Amino acid sequence: MTRASLFVTCLVDLLRPEIGEATVRVLERQGVQVDFPEEQTCCGQAHYNAGYRTEAKALAEHFCDVFANSENIVAPSGSCVAMVKRHYPELVGQRAAGVASRCWEFTGYLRHVVGVEDVGAKLEASAVYHASCHLQRELGTGQDPRAMLARVRGLQVTEPADADQCCGFGGTFSMTMADVSTAMADAKLERVKATGASVLVGADAACLLHLEGRLRRQGCETCVMHISQVLDHADRP
Amino acid sequence: MPIAHEPAAAWGERVTIALSDIRLRENIARSTTRFAAQRLTALGELPDAAALRARGRAIRADAIDRLPELHTELRQRIEARGGHVHLAADPSAVTRKVIEIARAHGARRIVKSKSMVSEEVALNDALAEAGIESLETDLGEYLIQLAGEMPAHIIAPALHKSRAESAELLGAPADTPAEALMAIARARLRERFLQADIGITGGNFLVADTGGVVIVTNEGNDRMCTSLPRVHIAIVGVEKIIAHAADLPDMLKLLTRSATGQRISVYVSLIDGPRGAGETDGPDEFHLILLDNGRLRLRGTPHEEVLYCIRCGACLNVCPVYRQIGGHAYGSVYPGPIGAVISPLLGPASAYGMLPKASSLCGACWEACPVGIHLHDQLVALRQEGVRSTPWPQRLLFAGWAAAWAGSALYTAFLRLGRVAQRLLPHHGGWIRRAPSLLGGWTSTRDLPPIAAKTFRERWAERRP
Ligand code: SF4
Repeated sequence: MTRASLFVTCLVDLLRPEIGEATVRVLERQGVQVDFPEEQTCCGQAHYNAGYRTEAKALAEHFCDVFANSENIVAPSGSCVAMVKRHYPELVGQRAAGVASRCWEFTGYLRHVVGVEDVGAKLEASAVYHASCHLQRELGTGQDPRAMLARVRGLQVTEPADADQCCGFGGTFSMTMADVSTAMADAKLERVKATGASVLVGADAACLLHLEGRLRRQGCETCVMHISQVLDHADRP
Repeated sequence: MPIAHEPAAAWGERVTIALSDIRLRENIARSTTRFAAQRLTALGELPDAAALRARGRAIRADAIDRLPELHTELRQRIEARGGHVHLAADPSAVTRKVIEIARAHGARRIVKSKSMVSEEVALNDALAEAGIESLETDLGEYLIQLAGEMPAHIIAPALHKSRAESAELLGAPADTPAEALMAIARARLRERFLQADIGITGGNFLVADTGGVVIVTNEGNDRMCTSLPRVHIAIVGVEKIIAHAADLPDMLKLLTRSATGQRISVYVSLIDGPRGAGETDGPDEFHLILLDNGRLRLRGTPHEEVLYCIRCGACLNVCPVYRQIGGHAYGSVYPGPIGAVISPLLGPASAYGMLPKASSLCGACWEACPVGIHLHDQLVALRQEGVRSTPWPQRLLFAGWAAAWAGSALYTAFLRLGRVAQRLLPHHGGWIRRAPSLLGGWTSTRDLPPIAAKTFRERWAERRP
């Protein structure tokens, strides 16, 4: 049996705990023994990207300590995993060696470690998939979420025009450059809406919160789901 | 002296102006989307685009590494053919040299082919002040010269203008077809080519082993500038050098396919000096001015790779920020991702220090760059270097945030506090409508989800007692 330590990410922990719960349920259904190191907090990406290197380093070191003994680390976020895999080695050196190679984005872990694409999920809906940038480009694992979604029964998956364009979240960029960030969100949402899909799905909670927050401000009630919630969905007894 | 032009308005103001100009945004979206799609098609035709890009990067890295010796080689070869090579430390050194050459020839009229470096040094302004007329002969540059604007893009200076706007600038009816606009400009310019005393061009590459300047255009105006006037001055950034002419085909393939999606540009000129004995074309005198302006000091620093740039513009076309705000909002002659990196590096920092923040770090630029410059990592590096000059309240905020989150006890205390505090904020349908501090940026345009009644860790603790 494979064991995984869940890195739930600070955003999911605080704002979208149901994404963490869905992630755990999907993993456990596949026979993964999930643990949750309770000392975990945040990967430090927001600090790092905003230029606060020393601050990010403190968070990265804490992360490395917390997950030092984990067999695998699984997170429902491509962006946080990219932070660990791409930036930790440069930020905290040797200390990152273990965690960086053992850290997985949720769908990548399912496909490449558990070896499953069909998790028995079923969702009668048309969905539009938003490819988040760090998963797509920094991790280069864009096929993982797509392959998992393709096996969900009843789900029609499309992608918006200019799918490779960023949604405008960008960490603190979304707050310090709110007007530009919002213009990007609007460009993305226009194309999302044009697909006519009823559900917006993505593999990064941060992008989804940004898009959902904008949709709500526009008065739209479009259903927004994290991929773990889609994969958790089924008519189960 | 760093980049000679400085933005007139503050960043926020420039962004607001750009974002409220719907027509501008449509023009930019149309052109950038087209360029980006053409680039993908053109690279897709190559058997191994990734290998070509790796080779391109290696060629540029080698050249930057051996820059001093390659410069010596270039200079010796050009001088051996009677050309002159000048190294200019800063913009005023360039403009002084050009004016000096013009005065020596009693020159009154200059024709120019497109050159970003001449924009960087604000050459046209300096020439006008010296009473020398200088005319842009690339159609896009000509249009923005007529409009009195800066280029909005490094390869397509007037990409922010629709055809109707271009027609208006040329005094033609709004529905004039593109070819007819070209013809109008061409007819006007032809006359001026013949009258010009000096032709000025930029250069896309400098080739050390043959001692030449390579100029890539689609309009052929560079050929008029380099062959009709008595004097030709090429102004090129010191970093544009490559070691071997044999590497040119690869570099040109990367440049034109990445820039416009063309397999090759309509014109490629190789200039290696003045008209030689027995030759019928070419100027009496040839000057190559190499501009440093802060480039050389980047060698050996973590920013060295930005010198690999071949100014193809691909990073601008794919950039989601550039697509929304266009070139002028950057306030620099170099906009987009590469502009956000090199403008603060060349300076002045006071004018461009905030440009690195104008990115969501999506990495589209890095993915598109034909020489693999890690533009988004460069932006982060610049943010990190800039943190020292950040106002202290923000620094304190980030330091406090990190200190609290570096352990789970304070993190938990923080979220409890947040959960109480958020009750004071206005809500709508379970979401927060207005929040203070950094989060206020978010709520200015988006609803904010509140901290959950039970966080994941609280739910986990209940589940596994
Ligand atoms: S940074 Fe790369 S993509 Fe951007 S202009 Fe330079 S070479 Fe082209």
